[in-house]
Amino acid sequence: MSGLANFLRRIGAMAVDGVWRLGFATRFLGLVLLYSGQSLRRLPLTIREIYFSGVLSLLIILVSGLFVGLVLGLQGYDILQRFGSSDALGTMVALSLLRELGPVVAALLFASRAGSAVTAEIGLMKTTEQLKAMDMMAVNPIARVVAPRFWGGVISMPLLAAMFSAMGIFGGWLIGVVFIGVDDGAFWSQMQAAVDVRYDVMNGVIKSFVFGVAVSLIAVFEGYDCTPTAEGVSRAITRTVVSSALAILALDFVLTSFMFRGQ
Amino acid sequence: MMSRKTLDLWVGLFVVLGFGALVFLALKVGNFSGLGGNATYSIEAPFDNIGGLKVKAPVKSAGVLVGRVADIRFDEKSFRAMVRLDIDSRYEFPRDTIATILTSGLLGEQYVGLEPGADEAVFKNGDRVQITQSAVVLEKLIGQFLFNRAAEPSAEPQK
Repeated sequence: MSGLANFLRRIGAMAVDGVWRLGFATRFLGLVLLYSGQSLRRLPLTIREIYFSGVLSLLIILVSGLFVGLVLGLQGYDILQRFGSSDALGTMVALSLLRELGPVVAALLFASRAGSAVTAEIGLMKTTEQLKAMDMMAVNPIARVVAPRFWGGVISMPLLAAMFSAMGIFGGWLIGVVFIGVDDGAFWSQMQAAVDVRYDVMNGVIKSFVFGVAVSLIAVFEGYDCTPTAEGVSRAITRTVVSSALAILALDFVLTSFMFRGQ
Repeated sequence: MMSRKTLDLWVGLFVVLGFGALVFLALKVGNFSGLGGNATYSIEAPFDNIGGLKVKAPVKSAGVLVGRVADIRFDEKSFRAMVRLDIDSRYEFPRDTIATILTSGLLGEQYVGLEPGADEAVFKNGDRVQITQSAVVLEKLIGQFLFNRAAEPSAEPQK
Protein backbone atom coordinates (compact mmCIF):
# COMPACT_ATOMS: atom_id res chain seq x y z
CA MET A 1 0.00 0.00 0.00
CA SER A 2 2.73 2.42 0.98
CA GLY A 3 4.63 1.30 -2.12
CA LEU A 4 1.73 2.43 -4.29
CA ALA A 5 1.46 5.70 -2.38
CA ASN A 6 5.17 6.30 -2.87
CA PHE A 7 4.86 5.54 -6.56
CA LEU A 8 1.97 7.99 -6.93
CA ARG A 9 3.84 10.56 -4.87
CA ARG A 10 6.81 10.28 -7.21
CA ILE A 11 4.59 10.79 -10.27
CA GLY A 12 2.99 13.78 -8.57
CA ALA A 13 6.36 15.31 -7.75
CA MET A 14 7.51 14.81 -11.35
CA ALA A 15 4.35 16.45 -12.70
CA VAL A 16 4.62 19.41 -10.33
CA ASP A 17 8.31 19.79 -11.15
CA GLY A 18 7.62 19.62 -14.87
CA VAL A 19 4.89 22.25 -14.77
CA TRP A 20 7.03 24.44 -12.53
CA ARG A 21 9.98 24.25 -14.93
CA LEU A 22 7.74 24.99 -17.91
CA GLY A 23 6.36 28.08 -16.21
CA PHE A 24 9.83 29.14 -15.13
CA ALA A 25 11.16 28.70 -18.68
CA THR A 26 8.29 30.83 -20.04
CA ARG A 27 9.03 33.60 -17.54
CA PHE A 28 12.68 33.26 -18.44
CA LEU A 29 11.82 33.72 -22.14
CA GLY A 30 9.89 36.86 -21.17
CA LEU A 31 12.94 38.17 -19.30
CA VAL A 32 15.26 37.38 -22.22
CA LEU A 33 12.96 39.21 -24.65
CA LEU A 34 12.66 42.12 -22.21
CA TYR A 35 16.43 42.60 -22.01
CA SER A 36 17.02 41.81 -25.72
CA GLY A 37 16.77 45.49 -26.62
CA GLN A 38 19.65 46.28 -24.31
CA SER A 39 21.85 43.51 -25.64
CA LEU A 40 21.00 43.97 -29.32
CA ARG A 41 22.16 47.56 -29.01
CA ARG A 42 25.59 46.07 -28.34
CA LEU A 43 25.56 44.06 -31.57
CA PRO A 44 29.16 42.70 -31.37
CA LEU A 45 28.05 40.49 -28.47
CA THR A 46 25.42 38.80 -30.64
CA ILE A 47 27.73 38.62 -33.65
CA ARG A 48 30.26 36.79 -31.50
CA GLU A 49 27.58 34.25 -30.55
CA ILE A 50 26.51 33.81 -34.17
CA TYR A 51 30.14 32.93 -34.83
CA PHE A 52 30.25 30.34 -32.06
CA SER A 53 26.90 28.68 -32.68
CA GLY A 54 26.46 29.34 -36.41
CA VAL A 55 29.82 29.49 -38.16
CA LEU A 56 31.38 26.69 -36.11
CA SER A 57 28.35 24.43 -36.82
CA LEU A 58 28.77 25.04 -40.54
CA LEU A 59 31.02 22.08 -41.24
CA ILE A 60 28.88 19.44 -39.53
CA ILE A 61 25.72 20.88 -41.13
CA LEU A 62 27.15 20.92 -44.65
CA VAL A 63 28.70 17.45 -44.41
CA SER A 64 25.56 15.90 -42.89
CA GLY A 65 23.39 17.65 -45.47
CA LEU A 66 25.51 16.23 -48.28
CA PHE A 67 25.31 12.69 -46.90
CA VAL A 68 21.57 12.88 -46.24
CA GLY A 69 21.13 14.05 -49.84
CA LEU A 70 23.32 11.22 -51.16
CA VAL A 71 21.30 8.63 -49.24
CA LEU A 72 18.01 10.19 -50.38
CA GLY A 73 19.27 10.02 -53.96
CA LEU A 74 20.12 6.33 -53.71
CA GLN A 75 17.02 5.23 -51.81
CA GLY A 76 14.70 7.49 -53.79
CA TYR A 77 16.01 6.17 -57.08
CA ASP A 78 15.71 2.57 -55.87
CA ILE A 79 12.04 3.06 -54.98
CA LEU A 80 11.02 5.34 -57.85
CA GLN A 81 12.52 3.21 -60.62
CA ARG A 82 10.21 0.35 -59.58
CA PHE A 83 7.31 2.54 -60.67
CA GLY A 84 9.16 3.72 -63.73
CA SER A 85 9.19 7.29 -62.49
CA SER A 86 12.83 7.89 -61.69
CA ASP A 87 12.47 11.35 -63.27
CA ALA A 88 10.58 12.36 -60.12
CA LEU A 89 13.76 11.88 -58.08
CA GLY A 90 14.38 15.63 -57.91
CA THR A 91 10.86 16.25 -56.62
CA MET A 92 11.20 13.61 -53.94
CA VAL A 93 14.61 14.78 -52.74
CA ALA A 94 13.66 18.47 -52.73
CA LEU A 95 10.28 18.09 -51.03
CA SER A 96 11.49 15.74 -48.30
CA LEU A 97 14.46 18.01 -47.56
CA LEU A 98 12.59 21.32 -47.67
CA ARG A 99 9.59 20.20 -45.66
CA GLU A 100 10.98 17.84 -43.06
CA LEU A 101 14.57 16.66 -43.14
CA GLY A 102 16.23 20.05 -43.60
CA PRO A 103 14.68 21.85 -40.62
CA VAL A 104 14.49 18.80 -38.33
CA VAL A 105 17.91 17.22 -38.85
CA ALA A 106 19.64 20.61 -38.91
CA ALA A 107 17.91 21.50 -35.63
CA LEU A 108 18.89 18.18 -34.02
CA LEU A 109 22.52 18.69 -35.06
CA PHE A 110 22.39 22.30 -33.94
CA ALA A 111 21.05 21.27 -30.52
CA SER A 112 23.85 18.79 -29.95
CA ARG A 113 26.60 20.92 -31.47
CA ALA A 114 25.75 24.46 -30.35
CA GLY A 115 22.99 24.09 -27.74
CA SER A 116 25.07 21.85 -25.50
CA ALA A 117 28.03 24.25 -25.78
CA VAL A 118 25.85 27.19 -24.73
CA THR A 119 24.48 25.25 -21.74
CA ALA A 120 27.99 24.23 -20.68
CA GLU A 121 29.26 27.79 -20.96
CA ILE A 122 26.43 29.40 -18.98
CA GLY A 123 26.39 26.53 -16.46
CA LEU A 124 30.11 26.89 -15.83
CA MET A 125 29.73 30.66 -15.49
CA LYS A 126 27.07 30.03 -12.86
CA THR A 127 29.17 27.39 -11.07
CA THR A 128 32.20 29.67 -10.88
CA GLU A 129 29.90 32.48 -9.71
CA GLN A 130 30.69 34.75 -12.64
CA LEU A 131 26.98 35.49 -13.08
CA LYS A 132 26.71 36.60 -9.45
CA ALA A 133 29.83 38.74 -9.85
CA MET A 134 28.25 40.45 -12.86
CA ASP A 135 25.12 41.12 -10.83
CA MET A 136 27.29 42.67 -8.10
CA MET A 137 28.86 44.98 -10.69
CA ALA A 138 25.38 46.06 -11.78
CA VAL A 139 25.76 44.22 -15.09
CA ASN A 140 22.60 42.34 -15.89
CA PRO A 141 23.71 38.75 -16.67
CA ILE A 142 20.60 38.10 -18.75
CA ALA A 143 21.29 41.08 -21.00
CA ARG A 144 25.05 40.48 -21.09
CA VAL A 145 25.29 36.67 -21.27
CA VAL A 146 21.94 35.03 -21.97
CA ALA A 147 20.20 37.24 -24.56
CA PRO A 148 23.12 37.35 -27.06
CA ARG A 149 23.40 33.55 -26.98
CA PHE A 150 19.64 33.21 -27.45
CA TRP A 151 19.58 35.55 -30.46
CA GLY A 152 22.74 34.04 -31.90
CA GLY A 153 20.96 30.68 -32.01
CA VAL A 154 17.67 32.08 -33.33
CA ILE A 155 19.43 33.88 -36.20
CA SER A 156 21.75 30.99 -37.08
CA MET A 157 19.15 28.24 -37.17
CA PRO A 158 17.12 29.16 -40.32
CA LEU A 159 20.33 29.92 -42.23
CA LEU A 160 21.85 26.58 -41.24
CA ALA A 161 18.65 24.73 -42.20
CA ALA A 162 18.59 26.45 -45.61
CA MET A 163 22.23 25.47 -46.20
CA PHE A 164 21.45 21.91 -45.10
CA SER A 165 18.59 21.66 -47.62
CA ALA A 166 20.63 23.21 -50.43
CA MET A 167 23.53 20.86 -49.74
CA GLY A 168 21.17 17.88 -49.56
CA ILE A 169 19.62 18.73 -52.93
CA PHE A 170 23.13 19.01 -54.35
CA GLY A 171 23.88 15.54 -52.90
CA GLY A 172 20.72 14.10 -54.44
CA TRP A 173 21.64 15.66 -57.77
CA LEU A 174 25.15 14.22 -57.52
CA ILE A 175 23.88 10.67 -57.02
CA GLY A 176 20.86 10.88 -59.32
CA VAL A 177 22.24 12.81 -62.28
CA VAL A 178 26.01 12.38 -62.16
CA PHE A 179 26.35 8.78 -60.93
CA ILE A 180 23.10 7.04 -61.90
CA GLY A 181 22.26 9.07 -64.97
CA VAL A 182 18.76 10.46 -64.39
CA ASP A 183 18.11 13.13 -66.98
CA ASP A 184 19.40 16.49 -65.76
CA GLY A 185 16.57 18.52 -67.28
CA ALA A 186 13.86 16.24 -65.93
CA PHE A 187 15.46 16.30 -62.47
CA TRP A 188 15.29 20.10 -62.20
CA SER A 189 12.10 20.76 -64.16
CA GLN A 190 10.04 18.19 -62.24
CA MET A 191 11.43 19.65 -59.02
CA GLN A 192 10.56 23.18 -60.03
CA ALA A 193 7.07 22.17 -61.10
CA ALA A 194 6.38 20.51 -57.75
CA VAL A 195 8.05 22.89 -55.28
CA ASP A 196 6.00 25.93 -54.39
CA VAL A 197 8.04 28.77 -52.91
CA ARG A 198 5.38 29.93 -50.48
CA TYR A 199 4.02 26.53 -49.56
CA ASP A 200 7.21 24.49 -49.28
CA VAL A 201 10.20 26.82 -48.92
CA MET A 202 8.53 29.38 -46.64
CA ASN A 203 6.99 26.75 -44.37
CA GLY A 204 10.41 25.12 -44.03
CA VAL A 205 11.93 28.45 -43.02
CA ILE A 206 9.14 29.05 -40.50
CA LYS A 207 9.73 25.58 -39.07
CA SER A 208 13.46 26.12 -38.66
CA PHE A 209 12.83 29.50 -37.03
CA VAL A 210 10.49 27.90 -34.47
CA PHE A 211 13.05 25.15 -33.81
CA GLY A 212 15.74 27.83 -33.41
CA VAL A 213 13.70 29.60 -30.72
CA ALA A 214 12.94 26.30 -28.93
CA VAL A 215 16.51 24.97 -28.97
CA SER A 216 18.08 28.29 -27.98
CA LEU A 217 15.60 28.81 -25.15
CA ILE A 218 16.15 25.28 -23.80
CA ALA A 219 19.94 25.69 -24.03
CA VAL A 220 20.15 29.03 -22.21
CA PHE A 221 17.49 28.05 -19.68
CA GLU A 222 19.12 24.75 -18.73
CA GLY A 223 22.46 26.51 -18.35
CA TYR A 224 21.03 29.32 -16.25
CA ASP A 225 18.95 26.94 -14.13
CA CYS A 226 21.58 24.22 -13.53
CA THR A 227 22.72 23.07 -10.11
CA PRO A 228 26.04 24.87 -9.64
CA THR A 229 28.22 21.79 -9.33
CA ALA A 230 30.27 19.80 -11.81
CA GLU A 231 27.62 17.08 -11.79
CA GLY A 232 24.83 19.63 -12.16
CA VAL A 233 26.43 21.15 -15.27
CA SER A 234 26.87 17.75 -16.90
CA ARG A 235 23.27 16.85 -16.13
CA ALA A 236 22.08 20.18 -17.55
CA ILE A 237 23.94 19.49 -20.82
CA THR A 238 22.32 16.05 -21.09
CA ARG A 239 18.91 17.59 -20.43
CA THR A 240 19.50 20.23 -23.11
CA VAL A 241 20.17 17.63 -25.79
CA VAL A 242 17.34 15.31 -24.72
CA SER A 243 14.64 17.92 -24.26
CA SER A 244 15.71 19.80 -27.40
CA ALA A 245 15.36 16.63 -29.46
CA LEU A 246 11.95 15.86 -27.97
CA ALA A 247 10.79 19.46 -28.40
CA ILE A 248 11.95 19.54 -32.04
CA LEU A 249 10.16 16.32 -32.94
CA ALA A 250 6.96 17.21 -31.10
CA LEU A 251 6.87 20.74 -32.54
CA ASP A 252 7.56 19.30 -35.97
CA PHE A 253 4.50 17.10 -35.75
CA VAL A 254 2.32 20.00 -34.62
CA LEU A 255 3.64 22.38 -37.30
CA THR A 256 3.34 19.76 -40.05
CA SER A 257 -0.26 19.03 -39.12
CA PHE A 258 -1.03 22.73 -39.42
CA MET A 259 1.00 23.42 -42.57
CA PHE A 260 0.71 20.37 -44.81
CA ARG A 261 -2.80 19.01 -44.81
CA GLY A 262 -2.85 18.18 -48.48
CA GLN A 263 -5.61 20.75 -49.06
CA MET B 1 40.98 35.20 -28.80
CA MET B 2 40.12 35.96 -32.35
CA SER B 3 40.26 39.57 -33.41
CA ARG B 4 37.08 41.48 -33.99
CA LYS B 5 37.70 41.88 -37.75
CA THR B 6 38.19 38.16 -38.47
CA LEU B 7 35.12 37.35 -36.43
CA ASP B 8 33.01 39.85 -38.35
CA LEU B 9 34.35 38.46 -41.61
CA TRP B 10 33.38 34.89 -40.73
CA VAL B 11 29.92 35.90 -39.55
CA GLY B 12 29.43 37.98 -42.69
CA LEU B 13 30.43 35.01 -44.83
CA PHE B 14 28.05 32.77 -42.86
CA VAL B 15 25.10 35.12 -43.30
CA VAL B 16 25.80 35.59 -47.03
CA LEU B 17 26.06 31.81 -47.49
CA GLY B 18 22.81 31.30 -45.60
CA PHE B 19 20.90 33.80 -47.68
CA GLY B 20 22.58 32.42 -50.80
CA ALA B 21 21.17 29.00 -49.91
CA LEU B 22 17.71 30.53 -49.43
CA VAL B 23 17.89 32.28 -52.80
CA PHE B 24 19.02 29.00 -54.40
CA LEU B 25 16.05 27.21 -52.84
CA ALA B 26 13.64 29.90 -54.00
CA LEU B 27 14.93 30.33 -57.56
CA LYS B 28 16.45 27.04 -58.63
CA VAL B 29 14.51 24.51 -56.56
CA GLY B 30 11.18 26.28 -56.40
CA ASN B 31 9.99 28.11 -59.46
CA PHE B 32 9.60 31.64 -58.21
CA SER B 33 9.29 33.13 -61.66
CA GLY B 34 6.54 30.60 -62.54
CA LEU B 35 3.13 32.19 -62.54
CA GLY B 36 3.47 33.91 -59.19
CA GLY B 37 3.91 37.54 -60.07
CA ASN B 38 2.26 37.75 -63.48
CA ALA B 39 -1.07 39.49 -63.87
CA THR B 40 -4.01 37.17 -64.44
CA TYR B 41 -7.66 37.39 -65.44
CA SER B 42 -10.23 34.90 -64.24
CA ILE B 43 -12.90 33.06 -66.16
CA GLU B 44 -15.54 30.68 -64.86
CA ALA B 45 -16.24 27.21 -66.19
CA PRO B 46 -19.25 25.12 -65.13
CA PHE B 47 -18.67 21.36 -65.09
CA ASP B 48 -21.10 18.49 -64.52
CA ASN B 49 -18.42 16.55 -62.70
CA ILE B 50 -14.93 17.69 -61.79
CA GLY B 51 -13.67 14.28 -60.66
CA GLY B 52 -10.57 14.82 -58.53
CA LEU B 53 -9.71 18.35 -59.67
CA LYS B 54 -8.11 20.45 -56.92
CA VAL B 55 -7.48 24.13 -56.31
CA LYS B 56 -4.08 25.19 -57.73
CA ALA B 57 -4.21 22.47 -60.38
CA PRO B 58 -2.65 23.59 -63.68
CA VAL B 59 -4.61 24.97 -66.62
CA LYS B 60 -2.97 23.95 -69.87
CA SER B 61 -3.52 24.71 -73.50
CA ALA B 62 -1.68 22.60 -76.07
CA GLY B 63 0.22 21.20 -73.09
CA VAL B 64 1.61 24.59 -72.04
CA LEU B 65 0.87 25.95 -68.57
CA VAL B 66 -1.33 29.03 -69.04
CA GLY B 67 -2.97 29.38 -65.64
CA ARG B 68 -4.16 27.75 -62.44
CA VAL B 69 -7.45 26.68 -60.87
CA ALA B 70 -8.25 29.45 -58.39
CA ASP B 71 -11.45 28.27 -56.77
CA ILE B 72 -13.98 25.43 -56.92
CA ARG B 73 -17.50 25.77 -55.58
CA PHE B 74 -20.86 24.08 -55.95
CA ASP B 75 -23.57 26.13 -57.64
CA GLU B 76 -26.85 25.24 -55.92
CA LYS B 77 -29.01 26.67 -58.72
CA SER B 78 -27.66 24.63 -61.61
CA PHE B 79 -26.27 21.81 -59.42
CA ARG B 80 -22.96 22.02 -61.24
CA ALA B 81 -19.41 22.68 -60.13
CA MET B 82 -18.21 26.23 -60.78
CA VAL B 83 -14.46 26.27 -61.40
CA ARG B 84 -12.74 29.65 -61.48
CA LEU B 85 -9.61 29.67 -63.63
CA ASP B 86 -6.89 32.32 -63.30
CA ILE B 87 -5.38 32.72 -66.76
CA ASP B 88 -2.11 34.53 -67.43
CA SER B 89 -2.94 37.88 -69.08
CA ARG B 90 -0.35 37.22 -71.78
CA TYR B 91 -2.67 34.62 -73.28
CA GLU B 92 -6.04 35.36 -74.87
CA PHE B 93 -8.59 32.70 -75.72
CA PRO B 94 -11.56 32.86 -78.15
CA ARG B 95 -14.98 32.87 -76.55
CA ASP B 96 -15.90 29.45 -77.92
CA THR B 97 -12.94 27.75 -76.22
CA ILE B 98 -13.72 24.29 -74.82
CA ALA B 99 -12.62 23.51 -71.26
CA THR B 100 -11.98 19.83 -70.50
CA ILE B 101 -10.83 18.07 -67.36
CA LEU B 102 -7.97 15.75 -68.26
CA THR B 103 -5.58 13.49 -66.39
CA SER B 104 -1.83 13.60 -66.90
CA GLY B 105 -0.60 10.04 -67.21
CA LEU B 106 -2.43 7.02 -65.91
CA LEU B 107 -2.24 7.95 -62.23
CA GLY B 108 -1.29 11.60 -62.57
CA GLU B 109 -3.05 14.65 -61.24
CA GLN B 110 -6.02 16.17 -63.02
CA TYR B 111 -5.79 19.45 -64.87
CA VAL B 112 -7.98 21.68 -67.01
CA GLY B 113 -7.24 21.64 -70.72
CA LEU B 114 -8.34 24.54 -72.92
CA GLU B 115 -9.03 23.93 -76.61
CA PRO B 116 -9.30 27.27 -78.42
CA GLY B 117 -12.17 27.74 -80.84
CA ALA B 118 -12.42 30.08 -83.83
CA ASP B 119 -14.38 33.03 -82.41
CA GLU B 120 -13.04 36.55 -83.02
CA ALA B 121 -14.02 37.82 -79.57
CA VAL B 122 -11.80 36.77 -76.65
CA PHE B 123 -12.49 36.05 -72.97
CA LYS B 124 -12.47 38.97 -70.57
CA ASN B 125 -12.24 38.98 -66.80
CA GLY B 126 -15.32 37.30 -65.29
CA ASP B 127 -16.54 35.63 -68.48
CA ARG B 128 -18.00 32.15 -68.50
CA VAL B 129 -16.88 29.22 -70.62
CA GLN B 130 -19.86 27.94 -72.67
CA ILE B 131 -18.72 24.47 -73.66
CA THR B 132 -17.17 22.17 -71.09
CA GLN B 133 -16.43 18.49 -70.85
CA SER B 134 -16.48 16.70 -67.50
CA ALA B 135 -13.87 14.48 -66.01
CA VAL B 136 -13.97 10.86 -67.04
CA VAL B 137 -15.24 8.83 -64.11
CA LEU B 138 -13.93 5.29 -64.37
CA GLU B 139 -17.00 3.68 -62.76
CA LYS B 140 -19.35 5.37 -65.24
CA LEU B 141 -17.14 4.34 -68.13
CA ILE B 142 -17.19 0.70 -67.04
CA GLY B 143 -20.91 0.89 -66.40
CA GLN B 144 -21.54 2.27 -69.88
CA PHE B 145 -19.35 -0.38 -71.44
CA LEU B 146 -21.21 -3.17 -69.65
CA PHE B 147 -24.56 -1.62 -70.57
CA ASN B 148 -23.61 -1.45 -74.23
CA ARG B 149 -22.45 -5.05 -74.21
CA ALA B 150 -25.73 -6.13 -72.62
CA ALA B 151 -27.80 -4.10 -75.11
CA GLU B 152 -26.45 -5.97 -78.13
CA PRO B 153 -26.43 -9.63 -77.16
CA SER B 154 -26.40 -11.04 -80.70
CA ALA B 155 -23.46 -8.97 -81.89
CA GLU B 156 -21.11 -11.86 -81.31
CA PRO B 157 -22.01 -15.16 -82.81
CA GLN B 158 -22.33 -17.83 -80.14
CA LYS B 159 -19.97 -20.75 -80.28
